[in-house]
Formats: sequence, structure tokens, C-alpha cells
Amino acid sequence: MKNEPKITPELVAAHGLKPDEYERILKLIGREPTFTELGIFSAMWNEHCSYKSSRIHLRGLPTKAPWVIQGPGENAGVIDIGDGQAVVFKMESHNHPSYIEPYQGATTGVGGILRDVFTMGARPIACLNALSFGAPEHARTRHLVSGVVAGVGGYGNSFGVPTVGGQVRFHTRYDGNILVNAMAVGLADADKIFYAAASGVNMPIVYLGSKTGRDGIHGASMASAEFDDKSEEKRPTVQVGDPFAEKLLLEACLEIMEKGCVIAIQDMGAAGLTCSAVEMGAKGDLGVDLDLDAVPTREMGMSAYEMMLSESQERMLMVLKPEKEKEAEAIFKKWGLDFAVVGYTTPSKRFVVKHGGDVMADLPIKELGDEAPLYDRPHVPSAALPVVHAREVPAPMALGAALEKLIGTPDMCSKRWVWEQYDHVILGNTMQRPGGDAAVVRVQDGPKGLALTVDVTPRYCEADPFEGGKQAVAEAWRNITAVGGKPLAITDNLNFGNPERPEIMGQFVGCLKGISEACRTLDFPVVSGNVSLYNETNGRAILPTPSIGGVGLLDDFTKSASLAFKAEGEAILLVGETHGWLGQSVYLRDICGREEGAPPPVDLTAEKRNGDCVRGMIHAGTATAVHDLSDGGLLIALAEMAMASGIGAKLLAAPTSLVSQAYWFGEDQARYLVTVPETEAGRVLAKMRGCEVPCVRIGTTGGDAIAIAGEAPVTIDALRKSFERWLPEYMGGKAA
Amino acid sequence: MKAAILVFPGINRERDMARALKLISGHEPQMVWHAETSLPAGTDLVVVPGGFSYGDYLRCGAIAARAPVMDAVRDYAAKGGLVLGVCNGFQILCESGLLPGVLMRNARLKFICKDVHLRVERSDTPFTRGYNAGQVIRVPVAHGEGNYEADEETIKRVEGEGRVLYRYCSADGVVDEANNINGAAHSIAGLVNDKGNVLGMMPHPENHVEDIMGCTDGRGLFAGLTAHLDQAA
Repeated sequence: MKNEPKITPELVAAHGLKPDEYERILKLIGREPTFTELGIFSAMWNEHCSYKSSRIHLRGLPTKAPWVIQGPGENAGVIDIGDGQAVVFKMESHNHPSYIEPYQGATTGVGGILRDVFTMGARPIACLNALSFGAPEHARTRHLVSGVVAGVGGYGNSFGVPTVGGQVRFHTRYDGNILVNAMAVGLADADKIFYAAASGVNMPIVYLGSKTGRDGIHGASMASAEFDDKSEEKRPTVQVGDPFAEKLLLEACLEIMEKGCVIAIQDMGAAGLTCSAVEMGAKGDLGVDLDLDAVPTREMGMSAYEMMLSESQERMLMVLKPEKEKEAEAIFKKWGLDFAVVGYTTPSKRFVVKHGGDVMADLPIKELGDEAPLYDRPHVPSAALPVVHAREVPAPMALGAALEKLIGTPDMCSKRWVWEQYDHVILGNTMQRPGGDAAVVRVQDGPKGLALTVDVTPRYCEADPFEGGKQAVAEAWRNITAVGGKPLAITDNLNFGNPERPEIMGQFVGCLKGISEACRTLDFPVVSGNVSLYNETNGRAILPTPSIGGVGLLDDFTKSASLAFKAEGEAILLVGETHGWLGQSVYLRDICGREEGAPPPVDLTAEKRNGDCVRGMIHAGTATAVHDLSDGGLLIALAEMAMASGIGAKLLAAPTSLVSQAYWFGEDQARYLVTVPETEAGRVLAKMRGCEVPCVRIGTTGGDAIAIAGEAPVTIDALRKSFERWLPEYMGGKAA
Repeated sequence: MKAAILVFPGINRERDMARALKLISGHEPQMVWHAETSLPAGTDLVVVPGGFSYGDYLRCGAIAARAPVMDAVRDYAAKGGLVLGVCNGFQILCESGLLPGVLMRNARLKFICKDVHLRVERSDTPFTRGYNAGQVIRVPVAHGEGNYEADEETIKRVEGEGRVLYRYCSADGVVDEANNINGAAHSIAGLVNDKGNVLGMMPHPENHVEDIMGCTDGRGLFAGLTAHLDQAA
């Protein structure tokens, strides 16, 4: 075999491989690897592709339910929604590339996740995202928000999928390491799901899509390392997105799938040709021979090493039925895409790469994946924080003033500036647009609908990883419930710092335990996901951020609820128990300037009982408006319901047993606001008592203000002004 | 109605358009691939839908305007056939010379997706007979390049001939710069050619035809076209 540069310890280290990992390679293959082989190992064994630090902990996640068709381990998860239809979805991070080059980083994040979904035979029907930026005052934040939002929109808008929901947050802990988590949801026939496993010996392996260039080489390795001050020098590792090529690839792939041409298919994502070819072979218990001379390239003189590690976008690898190869080729030519036979499956279980007549790599294919290092890294639990007692939190200002201020803070304010840059109406099925609890998207012509959401509260996860992990899942479940959906499954995108630090690993382990427990109790399994570690810069980690993407089903989309008040004079009911929990609340942080305390505990039994009851009211047609309570508690939720409708609320004073500001702004979990017609109020309250669901009447809709007895009213106009002001002003360069 | 929807690579609202046409006219439209050199026999409405034809990496619509099928569309339009271009379709019609002017980057340089209000300027055309003159309708826009511009003389002629059919306005019909979402000359959202048989518009009436979308103001355009074609048949 030909060897280009000599393998030195420096070269091994530059590939992100530790000395003991290199020893493992030597033992596995019984000789020194070639340069190309070293590249292949670095691509397969980095954290991003191998999950070497997280794998043993991920095993504890519940992944099964009668409606789960495919759990984690494939390109995306698949669930059955009845009538022969399946929903395919996944969320994935593109954090490091987006910090280095926000527009391209975000576009390729969206492109990658869309590809994961249509690789399985699904037509994408919605996208969501969760974006975490640094403090508004940080020098790069404005530039990053602008670039990431333009990039997310730029790709989805052109590809032609509605971006229907998401989260945007700001916190100084993301200053040097933003998070861009993109989720895609697709619809497929339940009996026409496509997988990566190749089958049959001597079958042609076909390369489809865009040409291979030098972009993105070592992208996955870059994503598996911490950042420092020189991170911007890594720009060439960021890929470049081409949504037009992806749209063509989508149509061409779905067309050849429809025509029955495809045996196996794998998109080229992280670590490109390497990862996809190895996956197809290893999953099918077959070897793969690749001939790189046949790979369509964008540039002259690319080496085997470069071709194997390129992360050029919009590419696919397939095994086609030999008798259908000509038909498939004609379809690809029609769409103007490259089509080349680049290799064959073999019985040898070896991964052989040839270039210019030379063998550049010859490796055992199963071991490349299966024998990747697996670490049980030391982890220490986070120290428990003291509970903040409401009586020890003096109110710095009147309730009304606090509400008006809080609703205009960076985290709580309207994200209209963001989602108006995303086409959220294309395909004509978006029934609930961004800004509600969960987006609702009709399934084809109905009557079914999907409720989609992304959620997590990183400050809770930091303060108590276990409760925070539970809360992220519970809130996604609650979001879906609040629109009337039956929560079915989640995808998780686990963003953490450096796993080699025991306290970070402790956060990871704690959050995962919480997620597992919530998924189990709520019957809400994990069907796909992604782990992003090493999210830190110069030794400072991000807040632990396990984003949860949830999918729920509405059997009849006409039986859904939205948060806007529907009429004046309706009874406002508060479902769930209110203790006035101020620890880690946005009130404590943004009004009192104290980011402290234990987060609200999550009682999963209460979540389930209260949520099931609220969903029942929606399906029965009793509930006219529903909103789940989260950041900012009761008063923020009321303000959001009022702003969405233009109808105010007249509210009873806080119960005397609770501190007023804690009652109105506390973030106790498992709570909803529900409105019902006045004539129904008595009956509903009695029924809730019968089900042992805590439920009290707190007021009546009407007027043009949020008016609490004994307090100065705050008009909806004033609330809207505050709510809509900050983000456009900030992006226009005015506010900090 | 026998509608033909043109499909260029990168077009992405052809299904939305087909669904709206089917729903309102009762007839399934036919998809016509960009490489075709003729339109299906009997076509009485050509629709150029929205999207990003060829990625819109050059001037929007510039490549699509040169696709083989556009020669057939130009012949068809010259004979008085009805053509409707929406969003990217509007851009393509301008680039292909069927409509005057050009669509530039939105004045605020950002992609905009939101509901906007349009004032229907006249009701005596096939494209607006489903509405009353002066009526205000609500439909979504979704574009980054919808800022209509033409030279002063062209604008003067277009206005003089009453060829502006839709204008951006407030909920109560006020046309001013505050409601001109993309900075278009004279708040022009849609206009016709000199013969009145080719309409280009930026907003998406096809996305507001069903109750579940919370608004059905887009129906009037398709209902008017259907009535016009039924009458002609």
C-alpha cells in the first residue's frame, strides 16, 4: 500500500486521536495505518461519529413503544401514526460550524437533518430549531443571530419546507459557543421505510447528488474538539450548503424509491463517504470496495484522503436493484444530478479504498464502528442548590411593572423578527404558526394533524441536571398536550461541555437519568437523537442543554386548541398546583438579578394526570383556549393569551397563603391555563375535583388589560409594545 | 378550467397551487416540466408557481425565463391565453419579458414571511372578478426579493392604464410606506401586462383558501378565474 506522509505522533494527535486510541488501531489492523486509513479512523472514532463518551449512558433511554417503528441507530426515528402512515424525525446540532461561519453553519445544519429524514423515504413536512446565543452584550452575538437566522431560513425556504417552531435564548454561557439545533419531520408510508443496510454480494454502490469538493474536511473532528481563541482559523472545515441541489436530490430520491429501485440508502453527512460506506457495509454484514477514480469531483487532483473526509453536502450513497439501475440513472439525469457507480459490496467484510490503481485503505469494516473506543468517563453529580424561599425574595417593583419589563426581556420577548424570516406557511398545512405552545401541521388533507415542539430549560439543567432533564421532556409533553395532541415520541439533541471533565460528565449523566425517567413515566420514548459534546471555549462550558423535540398526534385537527382567548366573559381556570416556586425563575433572574436556587421539582405523575385531563377537555370541546405554564409562570402566560387575542383578563388577587410575586411569577410545573364558557365553569370545576386534578378559577376574560384586583392594570397595548420591541431594536443596533 | 402548472427545478409551491386550483375549480391541474416545448392541448390557464427556480443563485427567475417551456408560454400569452405568476413566478414572468419591470431585494434586505393586506384595485379583470374593487384581502407573502421596480415611464404607463391589480395596504385599505412591506414602487403587489392576460404577483393567495388556515381571502382570485373560464367555455 502506498503511504504519503509518514505517520508521526504529531500527525496522530492532529487527527484528534489519543495515544491509547492509536495503540488500539495498531492492534486492530496489525500494522501502521496509511495516511488515508488514519483519516478514516479519525473520522469514525471522533466523538461526533462514535459517541464514545456517551454510548454507555444512552443505553438507558427508553426507546420502545407499540407505535415505534424505528428507534435510535438509523438516520432518523420512525413512528406509526395509523392509516399506513409514518412520521420520520430527528434533531441534530451544528454548533461549532455555526459559530465559525453562522450562515453556512446553519444552512448545512438544516440541510443535513432534512437529508436524514428523506433518506428514509419520507417527504419533509416541517422543520423546527432551537437556537442558543451568547449574551446580547457580547461582541459577536448580533452577527451570529443575524447569520444563523438567515441561514436557517435560507435553506428551508428554498428547499420548500415550512419552519414552524423553535426556541431562541440568550445567555452569557453561550458567548463563545452558540447552539444551533435543527429538527426535521417527514411523512412516509409505514411500509416503505428505507434503511442503510446493504444486502447482496457484488451489488453496485451508487454515488448520487452533488460533486465532492474540498469543503468540510475534518468537520466532524472539529465538532469534537473544544474551542479556543484560534477557532476562527477553522473556517475551511465548515461545509457550504446548496438547498437547490438538496431539493433536486429529494425529488430524485423519492422518485426512485417510488419506482422500487432502492435496496439501501445512506446520506453522506458527518465524515462523508467514509461514514456512509462503512455504515452500509457494516449494517449489512458485507465488505465494501470503493474506487475513488469514479467519484464525481468538483476540483482537480483530490487525494484519496481528501475524498474520504470531504463533507461536501447534498450527496447520497445507494445500493440499487441491478435491474432498475438504468431507470434510476435516467431519473437522476432528469434532475441534473451526478450518478456514478463507485464501488461494489463484497463478501470479505473489508473496507477497501482504491485510487489511481493503488489500494489506499484496507480495513476490517465491522470493527471500524464496533471497535471504536468506549469510555465510561468519571462523573461527579452536581451539588444540590438550596431552595429559594419566596418570603426571602422582596419584590423590587409592582406586579404590573414587573410584567411589562419581563415580557420585554431577551428570553421572553417576541421572536417575530426571527420567524418572519422563515417561510412557515409553504405546503399549506400549518394550522398553528410559530408563537404558540406547539406548532400544528395538518397531515396531507387531514383529518390527522401533528403537534410539534422543541423545548428545554438550560438554567434548570445547570442547577439540577436530573430535575432539568425531567423538565425538558415534561415541557415538550405539555406543549403537545396544550394543543390537544397525544404525545408520541421525542428526538433528543444533547449539548454539553467537555466530557473529560467529571463535573460536565456529571451533568450529562444526571440529565440523561431525568430524561429517561420522564420518558418512561410519560410513555414518550426517544426514537432518534444526537450528542454534541466539547461545547466550550477556553475552558468555559455552555449551560447543559438537552434540547427535546417532541411529536404528538391529533386524530382530528379540528379538535385542537390554541392559546389566544376566544371571547369576553369566559372563565379562566388554572390547572395544577401553585406553590410559588421562584428558584431559577426568570422573575428571580431578570427582575431581582439573582440567578440562583434549586429549580422547580417535576412531579411526573401530576404531569400525566393534569395533562391527560386538559387534553380530554380539548377533545370534548369544552376548553376554548389552552396555554401551558413555563418561563415566567402564571402572569406571563396570561399576558401571552391576552396579546394573542386582544382580549384582556380580570383576575382575583393572589391567595393570601402565597407571596403575591411568587404566585404570579413562580414556575411550578405541571400547570395549564384553560378558558371555558361561563356556563360550563361550575361543571368543569366539579369534574376536575372528581378526577383529583387541582383546578381553581382565577378570573374572567374581558377588557383591554390584565387587571389584577387591587393592582394597577397593564393594558394589552403596553404589553405588546414591550413584547415586540426588544429584538428588532437590538438587531437594528439600538439596544444592547 | 384546464390549468397547466410549470415545474422548473427548484420550484417548491407547485403542490400548494395545484391543491388550491383543484379545491376551487374542481379540476386537477397538469404539471408541465420545464424541458417541454409545448403546453398540453386545451390549456386555458398557465400558472408559474413560487419557489427558487434553479436555486435563484443568479437574478431570481433569470434562468427559468430561458427554459424551453417558456417559448411555448410566450406564444400562448401572445394569443391572449391567461397566465398567472406567483412569487418566483412573477419574477420569471418579468425576466421572460411577459411583464415589465424587475423584482429587487426587499428594502429591509430580509426574507419576509407574514400575512399582508392587499387592496384590490379593480374587479373587472379575470384575475380580480372574484373581489370587489377597493376590497382589502389578507394573504401571506414569503419572499426575499419582492421589491417591484421599473423605470419612471413604465410605472406611469402601468398606472395610467390601470394595470396594477393588487397593492400592499393596511387592514383598512390605506396604501402608504408603513404598509409597503418590501419597498415596491407604488406599493405594487401585482400587475398585468398591457393586454391584461398575464398577471404577476408576489403574495400567495394559494395559501389562504381553506378555513383551517384561518383565512380564505385567497379564494376569490381562483373563483374569479374559474368563473371567467367557465363563462368563456
